Amino acid sequence: MGRRPPSRRGREARRNLTAYGFLCAALICFGVFSWYPMVREVLLSLQENNFVDAPRWVGLDNFATVIEDPAFAQAWINTAAFTGLALLIGYVIPFCAAIVLNELRHAKAYLRFVVYLPVMLPPAVSVLLFKWFYDPGAGLFNQILGFFQLPGLAWLDSTDTALVSLVIVSTWMNLGSGTLIYLAALQTIPSELYEAAELDGAGLFKRIRHVTIPQTRLILLVMLLLQIIATMQVFIEPFMLTGGGPENATVTVAYLMYQYAFNFGNFGGGSAMGLMLMVVLIVFSAVYLRVSRENT
Amino acid sequence: MIATAVRHRRPRPRVFARRRIETRFRTLVSPHQLNTRKGRTIYWIVLVGMVVGFTAIFMFPLYWMVTGALKAPEELDQIPPTFFPRSPSFDAYIEAWNLLDLGLLLKNTAIYAVGAWLFTLAVDVSAAFALSKLRPMFGKLITGMMLATLMIPPMVLMLPLFVTIVDLDLLNSPWAIWLPAAANGFNIFLLKRFFDAIPRELIEAAEMDGASPARILWSIVLPVSRPILGVVSIFTVVAVWKDFLYPLLVLPDTDSMTVSVAINSLSQTMPTNALTAALVIASIPTIVIFLFFQRHIMAGLTAGSLKG
Repeated sequence: MGRRPPSRRGREARRNLTAYGFLCAALICFGVFSWYPMVREVLLSLQENNFVDAPRWVGLDNFATVIEDPAFAQAWINTAAFTGLALLIGYVIPFCAAIVLNELRHAKAYLRFVVYLPVMLPPAVSVLLFKWFYDPGAGLFNQILGFFQLPGLAWLDSTDTALVSLVIVSTWMNLGSGTLIYLAALQTIPSELYEAAELDGAGLFKRIRHVTIPQTRLILLVMLLLQIIATMQVFIEPFMLTGGGPENATVTVAYLMYQYAFNFGNFGGGSAMGLMLMVVLIVFSAVYLRVSRENT
Repeated sequence: MIATAVRHRRPRPRVFARRRIETRFRTLVSPHQLNTRKGRTIYWIVLVGMVVGFTAIFMFPLYWMVTGALKAPEELDQIPPTFFPRSPSFDAYIEAWNLLDLGLLLKNTAIYAVGAWLFTLAVDVSAAFALSKLRPMFGKLITGMMLATLMIPPMVLMLPLFVTIVDLDLLNSPWAIWLPAAANGFNIFLLKRFFDAIPRELIEAAEMDGASPARILWSIVLPVSRPILGVVSIFTVVAVWKDFLYPLLVLPDTDSMTVSVAINSLSQTMPTNALTAALVIASIPTIVIFLFFQRHIMAGLTAGSLKG
């Protein structure tokens, strides 16, 4: 006598059980290291907590403390300036480089390799390398300027150039990925479009304007949002190169957040800072997720 | 349009043919325009300019780093600098290796990276498989919540994550790197999308033959998913290797530090040439990964962003 086949509901239950068996490790990892910290960020920002005494609820005091800090406004201005400068250099140059690369018939593999090489270096290495180049005395950059009979710059030591110096390192490190992504996008443009445009009498720049850019519009938008999200979180450059100086010229939001928590021992203030950054970035992230989902 | 196409296919005189720039696809510049005398001249100028420019911008700093470490301290500080090291010596490399205990640091970093890789694959692949093929109750909700973590920038969660690690007593433990690495919404998203594309019939046929879900995952899904597994693997390993702030916070002991953290914290006290040598050594592993897996990395780059 054969066993009765399991009922539909029984099968359903078993399938669910198996599925959750496969899922449990991920649920634990996400729960402990991703979902719970999100909640905790909010809790921390509302507490005064030195991790010795019992935490005390202080409402929005942490936000008030942080906002009153003179470095607060400076940090946001610097972060915005950093993002703006990084976009100016780091957004336009890779796209132009990709357009030119796409036209080349020789040395393409070499150029692709070289432009992506810095992306593979650990950021700590690139940043320390540039710190050495920026050295006002024997540093490479002032040596090169000197070779062309130009006066040396103070680079990291002057309020005028410090932020730009950070942008240069950051751009050097990250230019490669943008270039290669644009290059891949350019290769999907159907050649008939260029042919048609040319027959209509469109010159080189008109073809870029009316064919290349519209055809890569989505990827350009996605990369713009990604770049904003990434550069708004800039930390390692000010941390390793300038420590926020000179005169707070390079304090960024992320760096100030770190300082609050680990230099001033004020986790509440740090978390409040983090939450404010999160609100700003979530707007961009939400748009990004929408755009990229439409893209698929 | 037809007229131009025909014109392009017309055979050219031999002299011309030899110097013709090969064009398989038409891009911004038409093959015709490219192969005029002016077009060719501009093409070669641009090509040489690009090669020289890219080499100067991206390779020269690396050359300066590698050779800088071969110079003696006095030669490094000298103005004007020397292009080739006068008497190259590996002393700085040896000094850096011993001063920083680079062997231990590299071993640490490798352990973190490999562990994170194994955990990420095991956890994310099984989760993506369950969400894609077993479709449990609340599966959509769970997928949504995992994707939602992509909206929260990692920098913002740094403090609460650090506090959680402290609470769990995982400071200086490799688990502090391994477990959070597996909670990666992007990997799950990539894997799930790939699994979704595997034909249902393939899975159903295996079910008919009595294969268990684990068996289906192992013998059917994984073998066809090699490309995406490669991408996830490389990016996980490289991400752990490149990370700075997170290991700085959760692995503060000198014995458990990663290379990146250690070269930063000791950079102040080291002679320049030894520090530079340490930088070279610290970048070798990721460069080697790049040399070996170039194609996968480039493929993953586009898979991740074009359709991510």
